[in-house]
Amino acid sequence: MAERSFKAEVEHLRKGDGDVFTGEGILAITKALLENGVGYVGGYQGAPISHLMDVLADAEELMGELGVRFEANASEAAAAAMLAASVHYPIRGAVTFKGPVGVNVASDALANLCSSGVNGGALIIVGEDYGEGSSIMQERSHGFAMKSQFWMLDPRPNLPSITKAVKDGFELSEASNTPVMLMVRIRSCHVTGSFATKDNVSPPLTVKEAIANPQSDFNRVVLPPMSYVHEQDKIKNRWPNAEKFIVENGLNEVFGPKDAKIGIVTQGGMYNGVIRALQRLGLADVFGNTEVPIYCLNVTYPIVASEFADFCKGKDHVLVVEEGQPEHIEQMLGNFLYKAGAKLKLYGKDVLPMAGEYTGQVMLDGVTAFLKKAAPDMLPGQVRAPNKEAPAIPDLSKTVPIRPPGFCTGCPERPIFAGMKLVEQELGKSQITGDIGCHLFGSLPPFEIGGATMGYGLGPAANAAFDGGGERRAISILGDGGFWHNGLSSSIGNMVFNKSDNVVMIVDNYYSAATGGQDIMSSRAKNETKATNNPIEKALKGMGVEWVRTIDRTYDVGKVRDTLREALTTDFRGPKVIVASSECMLNKQRREKPLRNKAIKDGRRVDVPRFGVDENICTGDHACIRLSGCPSLSLKKLDDPLRDDPVASIDQTCVGCGNCGEVADAAVLCPSFYRADVVHNPGGFESWRAGLRNRIIGWLQKRRDGKRLRLSGTAPAAPSGAKAAPQPPMGALT
Amino acid sequence: MNMPLQHKTPDARVEQIIKLAIMAVGGQGGGVLTNWIESLARSQGYACQATSVAGVAQRTGATIYYIEMTPASDQQPVFALAPAGGDVDILIAAEMMEVGRAVMRGFVTPDRTVLIGSTHRQLAVSEKTVPGDGIANAEEVRAAAEIASSQLILADMDRLAVEQGSVISSSLFGALAGSGALPFPREAFEDAIRASGKGVEASLRAFAAGFDAAQNREAVSEPEAEEPPLKLVGPAKEMQKWQALVDRAQALPDPVQWIAQAGLMKVVDFQDCAYGTTYLNRLDDVIARDSADKNWELSAVAAKYIANAMAYDDIIRVADLKTRRSRFARIHDEMGAKDSNLVELTEFFHPRAEEIASMMPARMGARWEASPGRMAWLNKRFNKGRRLRTHTLRSFVMLHFLGGLKVYRLKTRRHEVEVAHLEAWLRDSLAVLEDDYALAVELLKNRRLIKGYSDTHARGLTKFGTVMGAAALLKGRDDAAEWMKRLREAALQDPEGKALDGAIKTVRSFV
Repeated sequence: MAERSFKAEVEHLRKGDGDVFTGEGILAITKALLENGVGYVGGYQGAPISHLMDVLADAEELMGELGVRFEANASEAAAAAMLAASVHYPIRGAVTFKGPVGVNVASDALANLCSSGVNGGALIIVGEDYGEGSSIMQERSHGFAMKSQFWMLDPRPNLPSITKAVKDGFELSEASNTPVMLMVRIRSCHVTGSFATKDNVSPPLTVKEAIANPQSDFNRVVLPPMSYVHEQDKIKNRWPNAEKFIVENGLNEVFGPKDAKIGIVTQGGMYNGVIRALQRLGLADVFGNTEVPIYCLNVTYPIVASEFADFCKGKDHVLVVEEGQPEHIEQMLGNFLYKAGAKLKLYGKDVLPMAGEYTGQVMLDGVTAFLKKAAPDMLPGQVRAPNKEAPAIPDLSKTVPIRPPGFCTGCPERPIFAGMKLVEQELGKSQITGDIGCHLFGSLPPFEIGGATMGYGLGPAANAAFDGGGERRAISILGDGGFWHNGLSSSIGNMVFNKSDNVVMIVDNYYSAATGGQDIMSSRAKNETKATNNPIEKALKGMGVEWVRTIDRTYDVGKVRDTLREALTTDFRGPKVIVASSECMLNKQRREKPLRNKAIKDGRRVDVPRFGVDENICTGDHACIRLSGCPSLSLKKLDDPLRDDPVASIDQTCVGCGNCGEVADAAVLCPSFYRADVVHNPGGFESWRAGLRNRIIGWLQKRRDGKRLRLSGTAPAAPSGAKAAPQPPMGALT
Repeated sequence: MNMPLQHKTPDARVEQIIKLAIMAVGGQGGGVLTNWIESLARSQGYACQATSVAGVAQRTGATIYYIEMTPASDQQPVFALAPAGGDVDILIAAEMMEVGRAVMRGFVTPDRTVLIGSTHRQLAVSEKTVPGDGIANAEEVRAAAEIASSQLILADMDRLAVEQGSVISSSLFGALAGSGALPFPREAFEDAIRASGKGVEASLRAFAAGFDAAQNREAVSEPEAEEPPLKLVGPAKEMQKWQALVDRAQALPDPVQWIAQAGLMKVVDFQDCAYGTTYLNRLDDVIARDSADKNWELSAVAAKYIANAMAYDDIIRVADLKTRRSRFARIHDEMGAKDSNLVELTEFFHPRAEEIASMMPARMGARWEASPGRMAWLNKRFNKGRRLRTHTLRSFVMLHFLGGLKVYRLKTRRHEVEVAHLEAWLRDSLAVLEDDYALAVELLKNRRLIKGYSDTHARGLTKFGTVMGAAALLKGRDDAAEWMKRLREAALQDPEGKALDGAIKTVRSFV
């Protein structure tokens, strides 16, 4: 099951006319889909729209009542392909995935879909993973709309606007026979707010009804000569129809005074940022009533030339606010102006940065820079001539460490990388590629394993150049999510077919974990509506991989090390695949902790393991941490005046996964670690035995203590002046 | 320019928007805190908007939540989706370096920002992996936070919450209430916790602790160490001998006395009073060559590191420490075990041929170590991980026996090696004393490089050798001591010794 349950929130999806919905953007989108008579939904998880998939999964019962089909697609390509149902049938369909990487994967199906055109409204909801919090390369999905000719909605980031965009999107799609992409940025997906709800609407034609009356029309198939007709149809009919719909229904919005000499054209998603900058400059009030006219593009593709020309009428200076690069919209607007022979000055990426997120400060600086050139009198005096000097705040950039994401406490992937690190120390560095998923954190310190990632499920494919073999075998890492997404065919199939001699480490944590713990084919959970429990090994064998080793407990670092060593050194020729499986700890804890607490409460015997470090045995060399990086394995400064360096210490968040002990053993580190199992509600015999043991042990201890001196208590605080000078910070040495 | 529009005074209502950012480490419950604040604001008649950047970045990484609120009216205000530098009213940072990050990103400004931070540390990976001490300087962050904020509330919010059986989001929420930065009564905050319906009682207790911490800013101090001071205890006869040693130590020059007593305790705990006498004799040799001119710095440093060198980590010491009564009690406490619980212990040992040979009588051990065949045989027999369940009699008795081998310790191969190493180190360090006092001090301090077990220990010894060897290069230079110190610091920067190699190259370039 997914990391976050929306079961409670899903009830809000039943609200009807006259009710008000308050909650997260993503949930609002789901509600809007149901209000607009969607017939089928699907998608593939990935931040920031993972929760949309989770909400849909949790709302399956409600959707069933309405006759809406939900599909958890195998990939973004599969999701986009599903929209084929709207090509012939007048059924509204919506799919969701992240952008632009999900759009990359989906682009094959999207291009075909766009060529065929649609009859029922087709909506692609894309969570644009750009800026702070993004986990992918910084690109835009916008280019895909331009190349395949589908329309792009980028609504203002508030719930009424986002939900209206769902309605507009379906209608625009149907009016122009073109799929529509609804783009929501990271923060819009998670923005909270309210909107007035309407009753849910069953689809006029359900997919179940449609299949009773199958339809086909070769004119819609992407084959010559129809494909040439499709292209002409896009330009001659679909595009003009779309523009007409956009203008007639006022999809784009104009705010502020009509007769000003300046104006701002903004993507809908940037609207709040623009308003905040204007608010800070005293040019807009709290409700967004602005002194500077704004042309808000809730539709960022296509741009309607006539509408833009109307906005520009009488203006001398116009700023384009367009996040990301390249500046597609600005180029297009410049083109319009040039061809119209306009004299007005267009600003954009000259006053705003070409690359990077348009944060509050960036936007304020950009709008200020624009106004300084276009209308300096509008700026508050303070901005024109700042007189107050900001107080100097000490520079902390050398003090505050970076904190990239990493493996969670008890993560089953950590011991895999510890084992790989040990093999590296033994046999030397290998050529290693990573994949998409939590396991990519293995490329960061302390492990630094893996040097490239080429896409989801493409880890082994990214080592294909080395498939011919050489002095040392290449290793690639592949997650279970990536395996089922694309890896089975593109990576494993590629290796088998090309007689690769390389090694694959499949990291199987039972879920699509990085995206929030959604079930996949090989998940061990029982899922009412999905077929799980399909072992990866079986798929590998089916693909023709002969050398397969399974590790069913990744915490066995020694086994991971030995198995990988065998894969790298065996005489066997051909792909060698290791499947290392243990459940994602985040999900395991979520599942087991309540059960455990209940069992303890009910008086049943429960054994709770946790690790500890004997601080007087630890010498403070931190070798264990360099093979772990676990958040619960940290450092502690002792009061002991004889000790210089902090020692290892395990806090109470430890889940007792066992990695510490395994690593200490496999890497022959030190005997400081111990595991303490606290046994709740022990049995009678057990208690009696423990009592006996304790008495004997206590007697032995007492006997020895009677003969020798020993330390007791804790180290004294140093008398003032006597304590050794504090150690200098670890300065960089050039 | 002919402008129809002129600048107007900013809308006062814009200034009324309360902007609140939360900076946390993924997994700290920033989302829960955000939800509480949001429902609190709505319950008090405010329009409120929250955003976050969820996703994989939240897996233990730095993460941020942002909330804006203003009194509700019939029109919907336009809120921003992200905090802007210089425009944040309340900044909550759930960890000390996140406090620093907030200041660094410009979200904390003296004109407006109430900064509520937790002083506890959740170390970043880069701080932990350094072989030496890589922990970032929290005092620098505190100093910067004091300058940057208009009002500063710093307390160990994590401890306050954990003590109440809750998590940090509760104590931070309490501190927010206690700060008075939001115009809502305490009861409204508590109602928000109640409405969420999960772990309410513990959350309310932690909330109260955070509230008090914010209200009595001056009074909040770190808990006083309640543990009794470190001392030696044992049978009366031994204590008499011990007292004689203490008397001797108290006669040492002032600056040496305190550290020498700590050292003395360590070596007597390691072996016995006779060993303590050896320690003081060694120290006396150094003191005899030192003087009050330099405030006995050399002797104080020697007192520290001779003790560390003499109390080396052999199997006997580890076995002794693992089987002490105080340890069992300490673990019981640390694990939060109740009397009705049993605590079972597993130790992780991995002896190799080296450890076995080092336990042999000195001459025999030397012979075995010199013979690869015998070492291979030992490895075959002993080299594997051993999990000892020390709560069971079998394992306990075995370790107890090993820990009792002190009488035999001074005859072992390990002791012979350690003594030789210690004497060589003292000799080499003091050899430069007449020419360069400061260099001698630094050479003594190089002992810090020796730590760890097995391979880590071996690498430490190699680094120690490299750094000590550099004395020959540096001798006679005015900045020899300074460079020796830099070399040592370089050696502590990474396990492989890359920084050290670079530093040695630098030294070679100028000598």
